[in-house]
Amino acid sequence: MAIAVVLVLLVVGSVVFHFASPWWFTEIASNWANIDFTVNLTFWVTGFVFIAVNLFLAYSVYQYRQRKGEASKAVYEPENARLETGLTVITTLGVAALLAPGLFVWAQFVTVPEEASEFEAFASQWQWSFRYPGADGQLGTADIQHITETNPWGINPDDPNGQDDVVVKKPYMALSLNEPVKVLLRSRDVLHNYTVPHFRVKMDMVPGMVSYMWLEPTRTGVFDILCEQYCGLGHHIMRGRVEVMEPGDFQAWLANQPTFAETQARPAADVAAGQQSYVVCASCHGQNGEGNRALNAPALAGLQSWYIERQLRYYSEGVRGANPEDTTGQSMAPMANMVNSDAARRNVAAYIETLSGNDSAQTTISGDIDRGARIYSANCAACHGDDGRGSWATDAPALAGMDDWYLALQLDKYRSGIRGQHRDDDYGYQMTSMVKAMRTEEQQNDVIAYINSLR
Amino acid sequence: MAYVPLADQDDPHALHDPHSFITKYVWSQDHKVIAIQYGGTAIFVGLIALGLSILMRLQLGFPDSISWIDPAFYYQAVTMHGMIMVVYLLTALFLGGFGNYLIPLMCGTRDMVFPFLNMLSFWFYLLSVIILLASFFVTGGPAGAGWTLYAPQSITAGTPGSGGGMLLMLISLAVFIVAFTMGGLNYVTTILQARTRGMTLMRMPLSIWGIFTATVLGLFAFPALLVSAIMLGFDLVLGTSFFMPAMMQLGEQSTQDGGSPILFQHLFWFFGHPEVYIVALPAFGLVSDVIATHARKNIFGYRMMVWAIIAIGGLSFLVWAHHMYVSGMNPYFGFFFATTTLIIAVPTALKVYNWVLTLWQGNIRLNTPMLFAIGFIFTFVHGGLTGLFLGNVIIDVPLADTYFVVAHFHMVMGVSPVLVLYAALYHWYPKMTGRMYNETMGKVHFWCTFLGTYAIYLPMHYLGFLGVPRRYYEMGNTDFVPATAQALNANITIAAIFVATAQVLFFINIFMSLRKEKDAVGNPWGATTLEWQTPDTPPKHGNWGPELPTVYRWAYDYSVPGAKQDFIPQNEPGEEYEKTFHTRGHS
Amino acid sequence: MSLYRQVTEKPWDQVGLPDGIEARPTFQVPDQKVALVLFVIVACVLFSLLTVSYYLRIAWGAGDWVPVSEPATLWVNTGVLVACSAVLQWSLIQARRQEAIRLTSMAGLLFLAGGLLTLVFIAGQYAAWQTLIGGGYTLQSNPANAFFYLLTGVHVLHLAGGLWVWTKALFRMSSGADAGDSRLSIELCTWYWHFLLLVWFGLFYVLSTT
Repeated sequence: MAIAVVLVLLVVGSVVFHFASPWWFTEIASNWANIDFTVNLTFWVTGFVFIAVNLFLAYSVYQYRQRKGEASKAVYEPENARLETGLTVITTLGVAALLAPGLFVWAQFVTVPEEASEFEAFASQWQWSFRYPGADGQLGTADIQHITETNPWGINPDDPNGQDDVVVKKPYMALSLNEPVKVLLRSRDVLHNYTVPHFRVKMDMVPGMVSYMWLEPTRTGVFDILCEQYCGLGHHIMRGRVEVMEPGDFQAWLANQPTFAETQARPAADVAAGQQSYVVCASCHGQNGEGNRALNAPALAGLQSWYIERQLRYYSEGVRGANPEDTTGQSMAPMANMVNSDAARRNVAAYIETLSGNDSAQTTISGDIDRGARIYSANCAACHGDDGRGSWATDAPALAGMDDWYLALQLDKYRSGIRGQHRDDDYGYQMTSMVKAMRTEEQQNDVIAYINSLR
Repeated sequence: MAYVPLADQDDPHALHDPHSFITKYVWSQDHKVIAIQYGGTAIFVGLIALGLSILMRLQLGFPDSISWIDPAFYYQAVTMHGMIMVVYLLTALFLGGFGNYLIPLMCGTRDMVFPFLNMLSFWFYLLSVIILLASFFVTGGPAGAGWTLYAPQSITAGTPGSGGGMLLMLISLAVFIVAFTMGGLNYVTTILQARTRGMTLMRMPLSIWGIFTATVLGLFAFPALLVSAIMLGFDLVLGTSFFMPAMMQLGEQSTQDGGSPILFQHLFWFFGHPEVYIVALPAFGLVSDVIATHARKNIFGYRMMVWAIIAIGGLSFLVWAHHMYVSGMNPYFGFFFATTTLIIAVPTALKVYNWVLTLWQGNIRLNTPMLFAIGFIFTFVHGGLTGLFLGNVIIDVPLADTYFVVAHFHMVMGVSPVLVLYAALYHWYPKMTGRMYNETMGKVHFWCTFLGTYAIYLPMHYLGFLGVPRRYYEMGNTDFVPATAQALNANITIAAIFVATAQVLFFINIFMSLRKEKDAVGNPWGATTLEWQTPDTPPKHGNWGPELPTVYRWAYDYSVPGAKQDFIPQNEPGEEYEKTFHTRGHS
Repeated sequence: MSLYRQVTEKPWDQVGLPDGIEARPTFQVPDQKVALVLFVIVACVLFSLLTVSYYLRIAWGAGDWVPVSEPATLWVNTGVLVACSAVLQWSLIQARRQEAIRLTSMAGLLFLAGGLLTLVFIAGQYAAWQTLIGGGYTLQSNPANAFFYLLTGVHVLHLAGGLWVWTKALFRMSSGADAGDSRLSIELCTWYWHFLLLVWFGLFYVLSTT
């Protein structure tokens, strides 16, 4: 008895939940309204079946249940060919009514319009980078084997088509409003997936091949790019953003990005000039980049130049050190402005890379190294390396040899949102999540103690 | 004298009844003992997997509640939960457990045709479980690749447990497949060859049809998993590149190159999709018998039910790539696989109609097994219908790899089969133990489980519509996921903890009831099928007394007009004139 | 009664015992034969999937396939395996003629010889592997090599499984088992060896044409 009532309530409740739910598709930003249509169509058809079958079920249970003190008997009916045939036909028709429009829209999905321009999304563990064809309208060939620190896209340096490709080495891309694009998808390592919920369409990126899909943005705005194919430890922190712009703005943005040839033709860093700039830095960070705890100045020796460059830029641009609670960062921000150009930052970073630091630096934090090793190798090593030396490939700075008090300070900042929350901090947000591998101070100390042992 | 297998023995004195404790309960070749060994082991690992799911839900619902759930552990929990539930719990419990228990009893034989092989099957299964659980204790922990084990990610350093844990997982799967093949050959041969007098194919209960078809599917599908596991193991240990493409890891070029990750996915899903039906078909069969018995009515459209089982089984080998619509495979495959996938909905829908039509004009006894069966119909309808979304290729595109998928497959092959498992466990408990379970506690268990699981999974679909991806340690900051989603997640977690806790009722019930005096009669439900007609309850070694039963009628003679009782057992000759083979007048 | 007619009959219409009082297995052969045929089908699925993977790896891989030049030993091994099947078949023919089957009887000795020849085949396969490894063609060097080891290895594993059953049959024969049982063992082994010979032909063809 109760079950019949509950079934009816569940049906009603499900329908109410469906219409009342604030959780629904995001507002569409592409031409794929057809997909939403097929979803709605499927909802009507399946919703009808759901209600009909379950109400009939509830009715049958209610009507034909055994009642106390009443003798009743079931009807003997082995089968009913007409009824079963009828149900088969109706079900088949219903299924066909869902399938036909579905396949029709799928045909649109697999047919890329002639006029679509191309761009490439390139995924790696756990980052995005992008590439647009240059003036020739063609993307150059690319392959894993061409990948180096200076050519992270793996563009074939000998392919003339690739020289004018516009390259973006950060998780941020733009698209032009109302212009169809074919998205070429490549991966540097494992499977990934390019998903923008507002665009509706998604496709896996498979190493060794180029997959594709197409879409036409229909409204301006900034949308999240997510990876939706499990790609290892950092799957959930593999984020990017796509901005849909008016065509004019898009062209301006594109013109601001470097071409592949430009990135390859950058002059080598001038270490001597960097040494001159470093004089200012040395007053806090020390002649050998050994740092000075009393001044809250961490050791710099051993950090990769690209990391120093990026952090100096962040300080200058207010991405880092601008949070009112970041007292130590605030004192660094004005200093960073003293090397306020790409070239100057490159020079000083190149000089810092030559520094030897101080091998006998004191450790100030102790903990259970074995436990720290377990947490580190499970959660940190994937980016920072088993040896804690970091890698350009994961944009992860070296940790081994760094001041432990500084590591603790930064981890605390990530945890409390002081660092890494700025929208333009391209990789800092990853640490705001990964820091959760160390939820207690004890765990953090264990990990830092382990990192201390790596130097 | 030529050796006659136990299954074909007519004379019980030929049986070597095991006497010592060891031969009776440990190295037993009795199908009923093996069934309970299988079932007990499966439920044990299932509880571990249940625990892992609660830890995952705690991370999602209350992110800071447990300090040691780090991202690596979370992904390992996701992986082990999925693999254990699908393979080591559901497959093993339905086929190794219920298959073993019911096949000889329902077919009227004394045992499986190869009892030694049957015993071996269990011990290999136990070995595979031990190897799997051992992976929790190796350096780096168990595999964290997701239960789909997609190459190349599953065996590269960026994935938790991609070394020793992954290797143990692959070895464990290979051992499991050996165990399954030994058991499967046994089940199929027994059903084909050893049925008792008069048990024609169409007189078999649907449970047997479901178990039979599922076992055949398993025999054909598990080789695909074996092939992919072996090749993946080679790539992992020996450095071959069957699946490993050229790639970079932490800035280093890999030494392996040229392999095809898509090939792995095809092999995996060629196993993986039939696997869904390896779990579902026995559930379909068992629930049919539970419904017919407690509705006191023959299963409606028995022939259609049998054909649907066979059709679903056959079609299940033609739909695998619907798991790969957005995998980067040739998109034109989508047309074919969407069509086959939606075709499979037709026989599946017919089964649902027939269950409901069996209840219609029935004489329904609303006890615990029946409640679980009704709960199953509701849940399965819901899960089946959401399958129409995901099977229709273009709708899969926005929903693939979101929580919609998670909610869908938990409804259709998580909750639904588990509800059937409970229905079946309560239904056959009196036969297995000779005791009745506590009805009130059973009902409370049902309500908690049924309502609780719906509270978990209904809202979860909507997180999927929103676009929340599955297999995320946490959502982090986005522009499109509102803060209310976190509240929803917290509620889902509360419901999950509630459901998990409620399962204690089941264990209390079966263990408390075991301590009672034997109080169940041989056929407490008034059921027609042979297992209820055994001379002893629980059945003794050899199942039947001096003579094997003879089957005179089909499995569903309930409420036959003119009969004395509302059921006629299959081995009941009826009136003298009915003993000869003839066609009944009414129909 | 045909299978089609069986599954289309209306079971509720029929009461009593069809086909008389005897239980009728679906196939009028010993259970072991049914199980063997089933296992052969399962093994066919396994080898088919391996073969499909082989061709798909060629088609979908990155064009890094370098065909293996099969060692000439394989031709000798093929001859040995043909001999295995032939000897076992002969043993079966003998077994059908003999009243009692002892290990020392004609059928028993031939059965023994068949198994021993299989050991020669396995040793021959091992020698072929050594030749390849000696030539620098290891598992890692090329997917074609990897597949060569994998396919031949899985085939040898199946033979090894057969040898396990063969050993058990030998023991039974030497301890004076029933002739019918021994005959069945010989028949099952013979069938299984024939099957693995066919598989080997298939694999050899696939391996040597690509």
